[in-house]
Amino acid sequence: MREEAATEAGWVAPELREEFPGLALRYLSVDGGSARTPRHVKGRLADLSNRFSGPQAINLRHQPIPWAYRVFYRHIGLDPDEQPTPVEAVALERVKRGGFISRSLLDDALTIAIIESGVALRAFDAGRAEGRLGIRQSEPGEGLEGRPGELPQGTLVIADEARPLGLLFGAIAAGRGVRPRTTRTILTAVQVKGVPDIAVEEAIWLAADVLRS
Amino acid sequence: MPEEVLEIEAGDSSLQPIEALDALLGGAGRVDLLTERRARHDLRRQIALLERRLGELFTSAFPRQGIDWRVGALGGPRVLGVAELERVRDALATRLHEARAEVGRRGEIEAQNRGMVEAMIAEPERYRWVLVSNEDVGEPGCRHWHSRPRWGILGMLMGWWRVKLSSGCPLARGLRLLQTGTWPAKRDTLRPPQSIVSLTLA
Repeated sequence: MREEAATEAGWVAPELREEFPGLALRYLSVDGGSARTPRHVKGRLADLSNRFSGPQAINLRHQPIPWAYRVFYRHIGLDPDEQPTPVEAVALERVKRGGFISRSLLDDALTIAIIESGVALRAFDAGRAEGRLGIRQSEPGEGLEGRPGELPQGTLVIADEARPLGLLFGAIAAGRGVRPRTTRTILTAVQVKGVPDIAVEEAIWLAADVLRS
Repeated sequence: MPEEVLEIEAGDSSLQPIEALDALLGGAGRVDLLTERRARHDLRRQIALLERRLGELFTSAFPRQGIDWRVGALGGPRVLGVAELERVRDALATRLHEARAEVGRRGEIEAQNRGMVEAMIAEPERYRWVLVSNEDVGEPGCRHWHSRPRWGILGMLMGWWRVKLSSGCPLARGLRLLQTGTWPAKRDTLRPPQSIVSLTLA
């Protein structure tokens, strides 16, 4: 039996913790990066496509976890109808394309985990992250690699101990995402008020399980 | 504003450290900070409630199309101030009000259309060539009711009218290229999908 590592709790800047009780980051580092999707994962994705239909996509807003992300989006100045939450983005893709389209092992793992749990997941290259990950506001003069100009001060970012790795629910810094050379991947889940701990754990384990398969 | 919006959540732990600090310092600045944080907290709760109501309306409005649900972003992700949260709340409330009015207006029209379908079925000759679709009565699908003459021109001359009910949406699978690159014969496209698969593999 394989020994499982535990997920780690990321840090959240104190001012954000006070402002958004319930905001948290959990992550797990797993061996390997992305690869071609094995046949059985494609089959699982196809089964998920059959199970997830249009009415379920319409009803997502009624479910507590997708609703919690929608509310948090509103709280931080995003419009979930313009920039869909991760689960709604995946559901929209399913409705538009008639199924969950297989892209790569990592993308498929995230799709399966996001749809099954509703939790917002991201992946970063573990080899290019320094220390523990967390959520904070951007500092004056700070930018996102690969993106021209500075970030507006106070932008919410997922960061390691040295620099922002990506916007919270947005773009990932150039070179910080999973690439073909990646040998270790960090799966991160952003938890907001209303999303239970067990759903976050389940989401990370689902994605990790698919990645290891 | 609904009563629930004005409820105050008891035991909000996020405010306790500031209250304690405020008691120690006793400064006016801290009071302002506390007041602002409470205001932001209340506004966020109101936004959550309005978002729930908008979501319920969105679901109940399906399959009606063309209703604007967007509220607009404020350049996030970032911590919004009181004024910005108020803007989000007000925009949500306005959108909810407008969407409710639109859904209500359409509901009335759909009810009239349903009445018209019943009248059409009872007296088709009074509604010659009138076509009412599922969309007109607020239901999903492609079915429609069409008042048409029986036996074509003879029915028109004789005044034999009836309401024909369509059989629904066309099949999702239409004519398409097989993997061999040839178009299937028409009879092949009418076979069940298994037959097409076996034909393709052959």
